[in-house]
Amino acid sequence: MSDEHAPHIHVTPMWIYIAVFLALAVGTLLTWWVSTIDLGMMNTPIALLIATIKAVLVILFFMHVIHSTRLTWVVVIASFLWLGVLFVLTFADYLTRMWKIY
Amino acid sequence: MSDIPLDDAVVEHHEHHPFLQHHFEDLGQQHEASTLGMWMFLSTEILFFGGVLCAYWVYRILYPEAWALGAEQQNKLYGGLNTIVLIISSLTMALAVRNAQLGKRKGTVAMLFATLVFGSTFMAVKGIEYWQHYHEGLFPGVHFTWNEVPALAPKVQLFMVFYWGMTGLHALHMVIGAGLLIWMMTRAWRGHFGPEYYGPVEIMGLYWHFVDIVWIFLFPFLYLIHGVHHV
Amino acid sequence: MSSVTLQDVRFVEPEGTRNYITHDYGALSWLLTKDHKRIAILYLFSITALFMLGGFFAVVMRIELLTPEGDLLTSDTYNKFFTLHGIVMIFFFLIPSIPAVLGNFLLPLMLGAKDLAFPKINLLSWYLYMIAAVMGLYIIITGGVDTGWTFYTPFSTQYSNTHVFGVTFAAFIVGFSSILTGLNFLVTIHRMRAPGLTWFRLPLFVWAMYATSIVQLLATPVLAITLVMLMFERVVHVGIFDPALGGDPLLFQHMFWFYSHPAVYIMILPAMGVASEVVAAFTRKKIFGYAFVAYSSLAIAFLGFLVWAHHMFVAGISVYSAMIFSFLSYFVAVPSAIKVFNWTATLYRASVALMTPMLYILGFIGLFTIGGVTGLFLAAIGLDVHVTDTYFVVAHFHYIMVGGAVMAYMAGLHYWWPKITGRMYPEWWARLAALLIFAGFNLTFFPQFILGYLGMPRRYHAYAPEFQVLNVMSTAGASVLAVGYALPLVYLIWSLWYGRKAGPNPWGAVGLEWATSSPPPMENFHETPVVTWDAYDYPAMMKAMGETQNV
Repeated sequence: MSDEHAPHIHVTPMWIYIAVFLALAVGTLLTWWVSTIDLGMMNTPIALLIATIKAVLVILFFMHVIHSTRLTWVVVIASFLWLGVLFVLTFADYLTRMWKIY
Repeated sequence: MSDIPLDDAVVEHHEHHPFLQHHFEDLGQQHEASTLGMWMFLSTEILFFGGVLCAYWVYRILYPEAWALGAEQQNKLYGGLNTIVLIISSLTMALAVRNAQLGKRKGTVAMLFATLVFGSTFMAVKGIEYWQHYHEGLFPGVHFTWNEVPALAPKVQLFMVFYWGMTGLHALHMVIGAGLLIWMMTRAWRGHFGPEYYGPVEIMGLYWHFVDIVWIFLFPFLYLIHGVHHV
Repeated sequence: MSSVTLQDVRFVEPEGTRNYITHDYGALSWLLTKDHKRIAILYLFSITALFMLGGFFAVVMRIELLTPEGDLLTSDTYNKFFTLHGIVMIFFFLIPSIPAVLGNFLLPLMLGAKDLAFPKINLLSWYLYMIAAVMGLYIIITGGVDTGWTFYTPFSTQYSNTHVFGVTFAAFIVGFSSILTGLNFLVTIHRMRAPGLTWFRLPLFVWAMYATSIVQLLATPVLAITLVMLMFERVVHVGIFDPALGGDPLLFQHMFWFYSHPAVYIMILPAMGVASEVVAAFTRKKIFGYAFVAYSSLAIAFLGFLVWAHHMFVAGISVYSAMIFSFLSYFVAVPSAIKVFNWTATLYRASVALMTPMLYILGFIGLFTIGGVTGLFLAAIGLDVHVTDTYFVVAHFHYIMVGGAVMAYMAGLHYWWPKITGRMYPEWWARLAALLIFAGFNLTFFPQFILGYLGMPRRYHAYAPEFQVLNVMSTAGASVLAVGYALPLVYLIWSLWYGRKAGPNPWGAVGLEWATSSPPPMENFHETPVVTWDAYDYPAMMKAMGETQNV
């Protein structure tokens, strides 16, 4: 009985991989360029935004999450959510230390 | 019930795929389990790196000048080059998985090899950076020397702790990744992979892409801080 | 096959066939096994040994505390004893205990699977545990650690003269053992359930292990990186957490407790899972509010991540964040309370068989409730300011950890002993031990609530003379407790040779694990079961057996 249920395959077309690669390269150059301009407070959020978009592209297309099961999505999202809890509640302390009570 | 002790008699000894492990019903279940397992491992890595990133951000908020000064010491050219190199290696890794899915034995080996080459390039450049930084006295501890703005020296040293620590952890993961790539190349060369069994290459890819994502964040965090400059 | 109840399903091997114990002989067949049941036994040996080591430290501390003066141990040595007691008991006993022994053994059986998803990784988990344990043992012999199991900086990084690096490295390694076990369980539960075994037909023990595994997976890595930073600071002498060098000691505490608070849920969630199983089996009823109990496990796992800084109320965090954490800490009690209500509702008007596992679980329900409620006292910042770092806290967590988790572990060990070994333990000796443990436990730890309230600080080897009477009571209780723990060690080993042989289902319980032989064969089930019944479907089982129910 050799009809083991084989894994479900999705083969991503080449052009998607190339497109994502180009987007990542452009993103890298963009983030470098933006860091040389003084945008005051906006430098950091923009850098974070570009990095996040790059990471999302890698996750969705290189790591095939866009075709993955709902469970995979849950694991990915939950991990970042939990990390978010660490950041938010830790910073809840640090950012409020200087607040005055009265 | 027959006289045969049941645990000895395998009820149906059918031909099965050489890489189907016995506790799984079929290759599909095995593939799903191993992919899910790798994703869960990656979630631990997200929390692992995320933890040190949280510490990094706490101090970045507390010591913005020292952080900007620390980032200034980095070689942005090397860092940028390395980022591109790693992104290329991610592309070749994705293509390796694709080749495995399509049963292209030589293509899989070639792309895995390319990934290894680019990964090694990254590590070579990193090595050069480390060597330079060490000789500039930027390794934290007794050899740390920082002569500009002495008041900020301990905090710049703290930045360096995060620089060396985070890139070091990242590099360690790449070294492990390189070892895994060699293993995968060997298996691919032996023709283990095809449309019905490509899981190991896929989960190798997941690991490699994760290491790439870590660097995607480390590059702007450690090299590209646009901050206040102290005269 | 269209089975209605477990009675139609028979996977029992005929007499004389080999089971997982007799399948193979020789030390290597155990040390290199991939069988989850054998790995569970390996863990059983390890954690029992480490429990005795942790208990040894406690015994010596309690002897020291018989007198107000610090006359048995120097303060430095006493510091090492409470540190090692904490490290051994938490990292090497409580966190692995139920998951690594009972979870490993039972999860595939309860799911109708042949093994966990990653058997080799399961074995690796045990080896990581053993490597860490051997390292820990070496450190203990060569001088120990005196920082407290909490490793607060900068004492641990700059000033302590003990083996901080070694112990934190051992803790780092044992953390990976925990992570891999959790990972294995999660994938197994998601991908290897038998056909027909939908989520809401799962035993509540599986839900509990699922929730525990989520916590293990997501919390432990943060401990790992925190310990890495601590080791780095210790070796390189930079100020990640040292204020003199620009660091913040509170950052260490934030990151440490981000793991260590959820860690307590790693310790208690499996215990709650055992409680559900035992309550169902010894009342022969479905657990009241099954879905609530299942969801409450997930709620505890999630909410447990939001409350960590209640360990830091007096450490110097901002008042505003303290208020947030205090507020959130009240929420985490709710799902635990829901479970207690549901167990109580199940017990209500049930015909309760007071066998040993049930005795332990009845103790568990009461003592866990006391421990949990005193946690709420501690969540109130105003109260916490007075009782933090006193014996009140010590009593609180021992009520949950010992009165709760350890008693549930004992319950589970006894409940599943016939399945694991094929033998029954001697019931009367077991009941005696359970009662001794209950009595000894309360005598040991209840006075500590009073001591804490009266102001006796923790982690001191000497105390003010007015605290002596309560301390003597506590030590007296500890000696009863010690006898209570020694008894099972003796009679459980005795039962391996002389205990009554157990059939597949000595308790008449509902659950896939009871549908196979005791002990089970190597591959658990020689054909994959198809599940068509609900969890704890006692009504159907009793109907099939022709019994009238006692509702």
